[in-house]
Amino acid sequence: VSSELRDLYQDVIIEHSKRPRNFRRLDGGARHADGYNPLCGDKVTVYVDEKDGVLRDVSFEGSGCAISTASASVMTEVLKGLSRREAEQLFERFHSLVTGREPEGGQMNHLGKLAVFAGVSEFPARVKCAVLAWHALQAALKGEEDMVSTE
Amino acid sequence: MRTVPSPRSLASVGEPLHFDVERVRQDFPILSQEVHGKPLVYLDNAASAQKPRAVIEAIARFDSHDYANVHRGVHTLSERATLAFEGAREAVQRFINAAEPREIIFVRGTTEAINLVARSYGAAALSRGDEVVISAMEHHSNIVPWQMVCQERGATLRVIPMNDDGELMLEEYEALLGPRTKLVSVVHLSNALGTINPVRDMVQLAHARGIPVLVDGAQAVPHLGVDVAELGCDFYAFSGHKLYGPSGIGVLYGRAELLEKMPPYQGGGEMISVVTFEKTFYKEIPYKFEAGTPNITGAVGLGAAIKYLQGLGLSAVAEHEADLLAYATRRLAEIPQIRILGTARNKASVLSFVVEGVHPHDVGTILDRHGIAIRTGHHCAQPVMQRFEIPATARASFGMYNTRAEIDSLIEAVHRVIEVFR
Repeated sequence: VSSELRDLYQDVIIEHSKRPRNFRRLDGGARHADGYNPLCGDKVTVYVDEKDGVLRDVSFEGSGCAISTASASVMTEVLKGLSRREAEQLFERFHSLVTGREPEGGQMNHLGKLAVFAGVSEFPARVKCAVLAWHALQAALKGEEDMVSTE
Repeated sequence: MRTVPSPRSLASVGEPLHFDVERVRQDFPILSQEVHGKPLVYLDNAASAQKPRAVIEAIARFDSHDYANVHRGVHTLSERATLAFEGAREAVQRFINAAEPREIIFVRGTTEAINLVARSYGAAALSRGDEVVISAMEHHSNIVPWQMVCQERGATLRVIPMNDDGELMLEEYEALLGPRTKLVSVVHLSNALGTINPVRDMVQLAHARGIPVLVDGAQAVPHLGVDVAELGCDFYAFSGHKLYGPSGIGVLYGRAELLEKMPPYQGGGEMISVVTFEKTFYKEIPYKFEAGTPNITGAVGLGAAIKYLQGLGLSAVAEHEADLLAYATRRLAEIPQIRILGTARNKASVLSFVVEGVHPHDVGTILDRHGIAIRTGHHCAQPVMQRFEIPATARASFGMYNTRAEIDSLIEAVHRVIEVFR
């Protein structure tokens, strides 16, 4: 298997895709939004419990490829406890990472666990998989409960 | 599993003694390249087939020497272009054994052909409470146009179910045919499952009740010998680009008697004989259905593709592809983590599968890095995916230029998929 494939399908990603974290719905006033990629049928529902501008809990449900599932799983882990503003900044940096653009101010090292998705940038067709859950999160935060589509 | 089209339908095509796949490959310039450092293995023929040099050159020659608008000018180029365009129509007519060239309508592709019938025939024939019958394995292009026209006319769409092997349930089909059934529209060869439907029998059952039948032949035409007279269908739709020809050109065959009664599909130039502001008189078929300047070069390319295929002999091609499908099915089935979708007795050209625990999209990415092009997703047949309760499949689809060695590469790469996800 080529090194690019190994970079894409890192052990952490495979592991999260097989045992996704926070894979459940949130009840009790949590907001949620759906993300859908009609090209491959990936569907994700992201739930977010926000209070006083802080994301107290984030979770997801759905089905998709390894990249979209692992991305949603890692996202729910890294977002917990962040402010909405911090979450938005993190998404910007993550988006730069997976599209292979240099983030402003060299903030690559602030990505933490999300850095495992660096390999996605070599696979342009898979960027949509990596950002699907993030788009659903944005919609949930904005209170848009309609489905977000990648197309 | 091995399916060779019925001898009768191929009788007119000719039977060369030997099918030399290596020589055929030389005719397709696109195949001799590497992708990600590996020889290209093109197994996405059900989405679109590649073009032989004969087609590429016919297009270039026509555009370089003979191109002009058709049926318009008195000048030499217009005459040459008209001859070439109408020559392509006759080539299509002979290829599918239609009775007359005027039964061949050039359209953009299968999708437009079905929309034409849904709009023109459907809108005229359907009233509130009427029914259109389709099947559970249709491509979206043979579902959505009927949903649209049924909704407009207050008609109902009825669906022939299929069994776990991906075969239509013919008793249920017969039970669906009733006094309110105004049309049956069914796929000949399923793009998602590879099933060959018993179209001739299905036509007979419908005709016994006076119901016309449209056959979606997008996948069937390149792989089976299609003879519309033998099938007895009223409409047959297919595309150029799955037949080793260009995209943007396709064919609707319709029985003249029906086409003559049908209202035009679109209005504009070419389809009229006299226009005043009070009233317009339409041309005869097929021109009544060909409003606007058609895809002239596309039709010429399609004619060249048909000529190329006939030169090889469709029965030889079908036999080669049947061998590939049987070999690939056997090799894939040896892998315990593989589940094959579509296990009908009569199949051709298409092999849909899932790798246990791995999403088809990931399978597609890993195969691509091994130079192997397959399609992953719902194949524009979401109801088929729902029937089998899966989100998507990986689909290898074979063409005349594929080899057993390429299938070995596919199998090898599938093992790499399993390794990555171990």
